[in-house]
Amino acid sequence: MKHLISMRDLSADKTLQLLKLAKSLEKNPSQIDLSRRVMAAVFYEASTRTRMSFESAMKRLGGEVIAMVGTSGTSVEKGETLADTARVMARYSDIIVMRHPMEGAARYVSEQVDVPVVNAGDGANQHPTQSLLDLYTILKSQGTLEGLKLALVGDLKYGRTVHSLAYALAPFKPEFHFVSPKSLAMPSHILSDLRKMDIPFKETTKLDKIVNTTDIMYVTRIQRERFPDREEYEKVKNAYIITADLLKNAKDNMKVMHPLPRVNEITTDVDTTKYAYYFDQAENGVYMRQAILATLLGEAK
Amino acid sequence: MMKVLKVDAIRNGTVIDHIPAGRVQRVLAILKPRSTDIVMMGMNFPSKAMKKKDIIKIEGRELTKNEVNSIALIAPDAKVSIIRDFKVTHKSTVQIPERIEGLVVCPNPKCITNAEPMMTIFNLQDSSSRELACQYCERVFTADEMTHI
Repeated sequence: MKHLISMRDLSADKTLQLLKLAKSLEKNPSQIDLSRRVMAAVFYEASTRTRMSFESAMKRLGGEVIAMVGTSGTSVEKGETLADTARVMARYSDIIVMRHPMEGAARYVSEQVDVPVVNAGDGANQHPTQSLLDLYTILKSQGTLEGLKLALVGDLKYGRTVHSLAYALAPFKPEFHFVSPKSLAMPSHILSDLRKMDIPFKETTKLDKIVNTTDIMYVTRIQRERFPDREEYEKVKNAYIITADLLKNAKDNMKVMHPLPRVNEITTDVDTTKYAYYFDQAENGVYMRQAILATLLGEAK
Repeated sequence: MMKVLKVDAIRNGTVIDHIPAGRVQRVLAILKPRSTDIVMMGMNFPSKAMKKKDIIKIEGRELTKNEVNSIALIAPDAKVSIIRDFKVTHKSTVQIPERIEGLVVCPNPKCITNAEPMMTIFNLQDSSSRELACQYCERVFTADEMTHI
């Protein structure tokens, strides 16, 4: 594995290797030493969470981080091409972690440079490290990835995270409930792919019916910026609020996940229940990104 | 009624028949004739199968397989004949290539290929439904959604 650009490039074997390494790094981070290695965080748009998660991962393994955050005041603003920016960053660093608003940007950069490239989000296309940390979180909380019942809740139309997760879990025989307002339903091309893979799923607008049978409830924020029409947003914004009361008859092993930041879709009284798992999920991101950095830098044993 | 040849027969070269009516100029734009090629272009000929069709004859140039296949996106049913000394020596249909480089624009406005000075690359997904995936933004489009560069 030279780069990590898209979940489509990742075999089930490679995915399992990364999950195993993340688990082992969580227990014993000192097994890998990335000292004198430099990670360039090249972020064409701000993403504090993802960037800091990567920085934490690199630094906890002894590595160094340099960063470009936003294009204001940089050579990009002077009209430099993406390829040139990337080539220069590659001379400054041993690995490039890149976020870019245009889809396919990370793939293009990976073709231009000799150092490994990690896609930290390319527009609405891919965010493979999020998918992998989600898999790791599910594995850690359930002890298996096989045959789980998952409810994906909220904005399923624009939510890149839930799209990737559906594909990432597909090899492990999941059963999905897609819970969303009709206007934010899972895109039909994804449903048709799932049918082709014989993955059972149901679509519903009602959350309360399925709470008690689900193993993982993956909640996403309904984002105002997705709606050209303010009125439409107001109609659906509070459609799915997760409260402690809603979860009172949930299965013991059930965990609530959320890519964060949350706004009001999970009330704070859920935080103290055994079901809350979104902050663990954020922490798991660091272990998974450590596994990715170590693997791409050739340090994974 | 006597059959009349509407365009001259060619001695040596290539004939592309069964181009959908109205698309002959787009086909020529892809084939980019050289200044030495003698090109005859026919539009709106009557056709049993297509009702109307366009035709191109190129005197003095035998198109390669790659050149022929490059028109598959806009003339999927084209028939290509190679002519030597007024006789058809080879007849073929066109096929969408497995990989199409630098020929079409990605219809996704958010695709990096529309923002950077770079070549587009599409990979054939399914030849029966004529679906192509952009190597960069990973979106899948049908051939009819594509525009040529």
